[in-house]
Amino acid sequence: MSQPTIKEVLINPIFNNNPIGLQILGICSALAVTSNLKTALVMSIALTLVTAFSNLFISMVRSQIPSSIRMIVQMVIIASLVIVVDQVLKAYAFSLSKQLSVFVGLIITNCIVMGRAEAFAMQNPPVLSFFDGIGNGLGYSAMLIVLGIVRELFGAGKLMGFEIIPVINDGGWYQPNGLLLLPPSAFFLIGLFIWALRSWKKDQVEQPSFKIAPQVSNKEAY
Amino acid sequence: MSSQKESTVRTLMVALLVCLVCSVFVAGAAVALKPTQVDNRLLDKQRSILAIAGLGDPGMSSSQVKEMFKGTVSAKLVDLQTGKFSDARDPLTFDPLKASKDPKLSSVLPGAEDIASIKRMERYSTVYVVEKNGELDTLIMPVRGYGLWSTLYGFIAVKGDLNTVVGMGFYQHAETPGLGGEVDNPKWKGQWPGKTLFDEDGKLAVQIVKGGIDAQSPQAVHQVDGLAGATLTSKGVDNLLNFWLGENGFGPFIANLRAGEA
Repeated sequence: MSQPTIKEVLINPIFNNNPIGLQILGICSALAVTSNLKTALVMSIALTLVTAFSNLFISMVRSQIPSSIRMIVQMVIIASLVIVVDQVLKAYAFSLSKQLSVFVGLIITNCIVMGRAEAFAMQNPPVLSFFDGIGNGLGYSAMLIVLGIVRELFGAGKLMGFEIIPVINDGGWYQPNGLLLLPPSAFFLIGLFIWALRSWKKDQVEQPSFKIAPQVSNKEAY
Repeated sequence: MSSQKESTVRTLMVALLVCLVCSVFVAGAAVALKPTQVDNRLLDKQRSILAIAGLGDPGMSSSQVKEMFKGTVSAKLVDLQTGKFSDARDPLTFDPLKASKDPKLSSVLPGAEDIASIKRMERYSTVYVVEKNGELDTLIMPVRGYGLWSTLYGFIAVKGDLNTVVGMGFYQHAETPGLGGEVDNPKWKGQWPGKTLFDEDGKLAVQIVKGGIDAQSPQAVHQVDGLAGATLTSKGVDNLLNFWLGENGFGPFIANLRAGEA
């Protein structure tokens, strides 16, 4: 297998192999933190950093890890990084870390981090793995930012806390769509996004896993 | 894969080493960042106290907040059972929220009295006092209670007459952004200043009402319009105010303070 280049691992996950859009990983946090753009951005940065560095460290020790405990070793490294990110956020962005609450901690269980560690970092050299982490983080970020923009703009008439569309409650004309602020709305948006992505890049469309057979008359069946 | 790499001894060694390195890393980060975190948490609280008491402006730098807080606000310990100031603990280091989890310093609230759904109630609490020319100017009391998803933690500030609201707000909650989360909306918080807590008979009268306030009604001065689309959060705020300003909360303390016996 020829080695992918840094450019490939960096750019591919954004549209061609988007972790949320194609791999359908990391949906849970994408629902939870995208009700406004600011938390979506911080979460994106946190996840990108964690994925990149966990990939880097795991790749550095990949030849030493006994395969019987490789998952646990990956988990320990990821968990350590997440705790450090959480601590840094608490120290330097206290009000944001209050809003993100448990979701930073839950990066540990984010399938993207674990998935990249197992699928890429275990087989590839450190630098390449690092950029693969950044690339997948960017893919996740792209989705989160789109969701954050749509949900905050149409759900609250704001972006980053600044008023864009004056809402009725504040004397404007726009009746905000409250559903967009609730987590389930992100499901619809992710669905629409995947639809758009697959209409644009037809090769991402999956083959149906089964086909409904045409109806046959009784005579033929027996 | 070589069999040597998979041997039990080696596996244990790798596991041990990874754990060791990671724990040093995590512990180092936690210890190094601890002072900044404590500082920030305190600053966050001081900032919200000042904002709710209507002092200073929101754009103040952290050193300005600290200086202003030190200069104007003093913390005092209140014994919630007797309703009087107390010296039992140092108000600067005493944490009422921590105390509410300590069996020695708190008690379980019976279900019927626990209208704010806080389950445990501390014996002592910290209030913040702003004095001008030796007289009480603003009294800031901590309040908390359950909304829709989360416990809301905040403060209510009243004027020296212990009746007129100066401000009300929350510094921590996890209500739905855009719906219950609108408790942070300056416009909603702007309704509070000037409302009065108690009616002419001295009974607690402040309440949150649904569907707008009739300005003609004599009750209007006690009423605040609820949040649109957030009935349960509004109800929660109403409950927690009724609890903390009532008999089991700061009610006796406010009565004593008014009579000059606190």
